[in-house]
Amino acid sequence: MSTLCVERLSKEFGGVHAVEDLSFEIHPGTVHSIIGPNGAGKTTLLNLLTGVYAPSGGRIAFDDRDLTGAQPHEFAAAGIGRTFQNLQIFFNMSALENVMTGRHLRERCGLLAALLHTSRLARAERECRERALVLLRFLGLEGYADCGAETMPYGALKRLEIARALAGEPQLLLLDEPAAGLNPTEALEIDGLIKRLAATGTTVVLVEHNMRLVMGVSDHILVLDYGRRLSEGTAEQVRNDPRVIEAYLGTVNPPEALHA
Amino acid sequence: MDSLAHFEPNASRRYVAIAAWWGTPRTGGFALLALVIALMPLAIANNYFYDVAILVALNAIVCVGLNLLIGYAGQISLGHAGFFGLGAYGSALLASRYGWPPLAALSAATAGVALVAFVVGRPILRLKGHYLAMATLGLGIIVSIVISTEDGLTGGPDGMPVTPLTLFGFVVQGERAWYWLAGGCLLLAVWIALNLIESPIGRALRALHTSEVAAEVVGIDSARHKLLVFVVSAVFAAVAGGLTAYYTGFITPAKASFMHSIELVTMVVFGGMASTFGAVVGAAVLTVLPQLLTVLKEYEMVAFGALMMLTMIFFPRGVVPTLGACLRRWAR
Repeated sequence: MSTLCVERLSKEFGGVHAVEDLSFEIHPGTVHSIIGPNGAGKTTLLNLLTGVYAPSGGRIAFDDRDLTGAQPHEFAAAGIGRTFQNLQIFFNMSALENVMTGRHLRERCGLLAALLHTSRLARAERECRERALVLLRFLGLEGYADCGAETMPYGALKRLEIARALAGEPQLLLLDEPAAGLNPTEALEIDGLIKRLAATGTTVVLVEHNMRLVMGVSDHILVLDYGRRLSEGTAEQVRNDPRVIEAYLGTVNPPEALHA
Repeated sequence: MDSLAHFEPNASRRYVAIAAWWGTPRTGGFALLALVIALMPLAIANNYFYDVAILVALNAIVCVGLNLLIGYAGQISLGHAGFFGLGAYGSALLASRYGWPPLAALSAATAGVALVAFVVGRPILRLKGHYLAMATLGLGIIVSIVISTEDGLTGGPDGMPVTPLTLFGFVVQGERAWYWLAGGCLLLAVWIALNLIESPIGRALRALHTSEVAAEVVGIDSARHKLLVFVVSAVFAAVAGGLTAYYTGFITPAKASFMHSIELVTMVVFGGMASTFGAVVGAAVLTVLPQLLTVLKEYEMVAFGALMMLTMIFFPRGVVPTLGACLRRWAR
């Protein structure tokens, strides 16, 4: 099975250490959360783990394959999918086409076949459409299938990003604040969704500020502060770690947020 | 396209199927274009009109290819007249000076242009926006200067004569024969472009247009796809350039000039970006309009400019997409 292995990873932006000397492993089939105060380097870390940023130092390997310095599409090909904190939807397409685009790696197509629209391609396209519809149903978006993405509400777009990422059948899915900007009911749906994903064997890495969500679904939590590891462990261990409490609230009293 | 299928709720399934067939660009739109090309000769009075129709078709081939690059993939090229010129001069030189069979000359010139686009495209397609515009502009200007100054080979600014096109031993001569050839080539170009857009490659192009980072993380190699569509669009321009050289029988460097590149981009934007039929309409209107406006004599360019501005104000997304959206709203 595929384990994500991060060794002494660091990223500098002109002297600012956004991520510094970070090492951890993510084991298959688990839900792994990354939390930390704003500016702790969570999104930078996700960008490093998907090749959007090249690391300044350290090593990233997935499934014993060294991906350090690889292009984002090579990370995708290795089986790592992700969503974005600020939506990156293909707004010039319908919801269905967004998900079909997510199947890019699963539907290889040569230039000649595309130019001539061979019957084999037509069959593959029908299958791609079917599978995309199944995913839209899985995320409760079947009603939007033929809607232009620009007409969809925010909560639906958040789920559409997840559907598009799942379409590539990733072994490891990175979710960057999937519940941000959602109301409590919608956040609860994301909670159920992550549990269903974990049940299907997909490894999930969750970056999230909603502590109710994080504490409820995570097998393992990594706490970052100023780009370094502050704490690591199960929800219980992290919740009771005085360093975590201090980083969040700056006091020794147990913070509301972590118990909520 | 689905709005058409649901237009009449009580219609029989067969009617819905027919409506859906006509409502999609790849079937209905294509059939409509074929019909227009087939019926056009009924409305054409003389060889002058045939001549204009042939020029429309040849320009439309370039625009359909350029639209794949600009409209769908969102990459600009201000140097496509360079590829057009290379296709034209390559065909003309091989056929007229070296005595190659015209079709072989056209194929070789096209392959050469594809190679140039591939080699040049690799480094310059890393650039974005204005910088890519500058780089393609430079490419076009280099081609144009080489053609103008290599007068021993190309005849320089005076241009050079081109042997007529022969197909399977027959010489293609006269406006009527050329009309059917150019019309057939345009249909082929449109069919290929529509196929490409409705394939996974087409989706990848549209994806990297809106969000390159999102396209990359679903596994789309954006550099490879940009290069691919750049080469395809250059091939469209080269074929049209070669055909234009054979049709007019004489070729000048003006066809490879910066002005011609701008004209081509204008046709695509005018007709409507990310619309294959928009590219055809844009090529048709901007080829025919200057002919119509000659009655205004010295005010021709003033009227032309004013019409262009009014069109972009009232049809901001280009003629075909804006009209299409109006029609769909009206149908509901």
